[in-house]
Amino acid sequence: MTETTEIRQGPIEGYLMVEPHVTRDGDTVTIDAASVYYKYVNQAIRAAIADGVTTVRVINVNGQRYIGNGLSGTDVTIEVYGTAGQDLSMFMNGPTVRIHGNAQDGVGNTMNAGRVMIHGDAGDVLGYGMRGGRVYIKGDVGYRVGIHMKAYESLVPVMVCGGKSRDFSGEYMAGGMLVLLGMNSQFDGPIVGGYIGTGMHGGVIYLRGEVEPWQVGKECGIFTADEEDMKTLGPVLKEYAEEFGMDYDEIISVPFTKLVPISHRPYGKLYTYV
Amino acid sequence: MEFNPLLERMPTSKMPSFTDREGLFNEERPRYAEEAASKIHGGCGLMGICDESGTPMSGVEAIKAMAVQRDRGNGLGGGYAGYGIYPEFPDHYCFHMMYHDIKAKEDAEAIFDQYFVVDLAEPMPTRPVKGISDAPLLWRYFLNPDSYKLESSEMSTEDFIVHTVMLINSSVDGAFVASSGKNMGAFKGVGFPEEIGHYYRLDEYEGNTWVGHNRFPTNTPGWWGGAHPFTLLDWSIVHNGEISSYGINSRYLEAFGYKCTLGTDTEVAAYLFDLLLRRHKLPLELACKALASPLWTEIDRMPESEQAVMRSLRAVYGPGMLNGPFAIVLGFNGGMVALNDRIKLRPLVAARQGTRLMVASEESAMREVLDAPDKVWAPRAGEPVIARVKGQDWPIHGDLHLSASEVSCAVTGVESSCETVEVN
Repeated sequence: MTETTEIRQGPIEGYLMVEPHVTRDGDTVTIDAASVYYKYVNQAIRAAIADGVTTVRVINVNGQRYIGNGLSGTDVTIEVYGTAGQDLSMFMNGPTVRIHGNAQDGVGNTMNAGRVMIHGDAGDVLGYGMRGGRVYIKGDVGYRVGIHMKAYESLVPVMVCGGKSRDFSGEYMAGGMLVLLGMNSQFDGPIVGGYIGTGMHGGVIYLRGEVEPWQVGKECGIFTADEEDMKTLGPVLKEYAEEFGMDYDEIISVPFTKLVPISHRPYGKLYTYV
Repeated sequence: MEFNPLLERMPTSKMPSFTDREGLFNEERPRYAEEAASKIHGGCGLMGICDESGTPMSGVEAIKAMAVQRDRGNGLGGGYAGYGIYPEFPDHYCFHMMYHDIKAKEDAEAIFDQYFVVDLAEPMPTRPVKGISDAPLLWRYFLNPDSYKLESSEMSTEDFIVHTVMLINSSVDGAFVASSGKNMGAFKGVGFPEEIGHYYRLDEYEGNTWVGHNRFPTNTPGWWGGAHPFTLLDWSIVHNGEISSYGINSRYLEAFGYKCTLGTDTEVAAYLFDLLLRRHKLPLELACKALASPLWTEIDRMPESEQAVMRSLRAVYGPGMLNGPFAIVLGFNGGMVALNDRIKLRPLVAARQGTRLMVASEESAMREVLDAPDKVWAPRAGEPVIARVKGQDWPIHGDLHLSASEVSCAVTGVESSCETVEVN
């Protein structure tokens, strides 16, 4: 094997293996993530929280992964400016993360508690296996949002998508609440794609407006949301409207459709003799 | 880029081990490293950018887009294709070649000498870059078929080139064609994409369209010829995903004279586009529907006339359908097409800023290159994102949006059926 020496000229593209520039102002820390590798950005976030700050501002973010992963504590807010990278807030357990921009794929993967507020669009597999907390998205979301969300006693995950979503929303959902509004969208066409709630066996999906029966998995029943439903939905939508500066009355001016599973074990007999 | 053959014949990184590579002292041919020492999480990354005004962009733009997606790969493959990069030789086919050793080079050059007029042959300009080692011998040739040989072959020029590529890849031991189109070239190898980009000195090229790839090999080895893009003529394909239908696709392609020899599933996608777009002259959108077919349940919901077209398309091109997860970008002289599998099993995001259309696996790649995109969106599954360079010939039969009757004619391939096919 030939030994080579690096004679690369000019700036090196991509992320740099350097610590970010950090400034502290009272209880607020600002981390400049410009071109800094995700590992060092997340180390700086953790160091700031360990230092007792309540607000961590991360600026110039572009694609850095794993922000907010596994963080605990309810008194911390992380403000992200830019495009957040893959697996934002995975396994997160309490903090609030607000994205001033878009998020990529895998937000809120197996998240336990806390709040994620995305003031933009989000990508695919959003809230995969989410077990608690809230994820609110202002704009459009991708394919496979809310797959296998689950709930246990008081731990009930809630996800509200303000724009439109694609196929397989709420697939294999086992618990929690998924709300699709279809309002802040850059796309024409229906609010959701096909196969919504396929294999669903727990939880509830609310959609603003109507869906065609072909769009819905055969494990779901389609109902119009009644007063009881709106009592559950009301506080969630009020909080949502407040976060994104939307009009709550406009949101509820259209009747909602409710999807719930017709069996809690839809595939119980799939591999058994009957 | 100014070409001065005397100046450009510079020593390259492989020169220090030149004696080894000549195979004079070793009985055995050198092998490339096929596996890295460690595995890292990842899942392939890709990009494509096209300036529809035809304004050339530096290859650095492509490197920048791939560098922020570094963690999607594991250093076992990176590559690019650029279009409009050889304005000094716009009408020559440019063969980018990879050779295991001098013997392979001599064997391949014997074919060039016999069937082509070679106007320039030179080593690929490269520079030593940390992380890139074990490169094969890399050469490029600007050539055209010998007119007498072409005539006696009774083939079109394009078919003659395709035939040559298949011949070299399948029968010249240790020689591989990296690209074979006009005014374009593929630059690929084992390494991270930004390393590969600097190794091939992409900062010295300018093109109106670039595609790039970061590889995380799953089913097949990471080697220089197996890196993306895969090319044929000026088609280039970068791909994230797995083509589960590789077996049936490659058997189907063999019947049309294509030979799959490079050991990576993506190879079939490049040849399928050549078959569907160039030889069968399918309109682009129809070719995309043949490769990423709508589900039968979707077809059932279409208007009746469209149903008939889609059913016949699935029947005719069943063995050509790409099954499995994929996001691909197809580059060619004249534009670029990005396409997802029909249920979006791999990421693909698009952005537009002025005349620049860009696609990538992650939005961050586009934010790295475009400072203020007018629009960023996630394309739907199976719905192509199309960029078209203004003022250049569109190499694809038909316009972007054909009527149902034109589509029927294209599928049946019979001119006279145009009158008789009932549509709408």
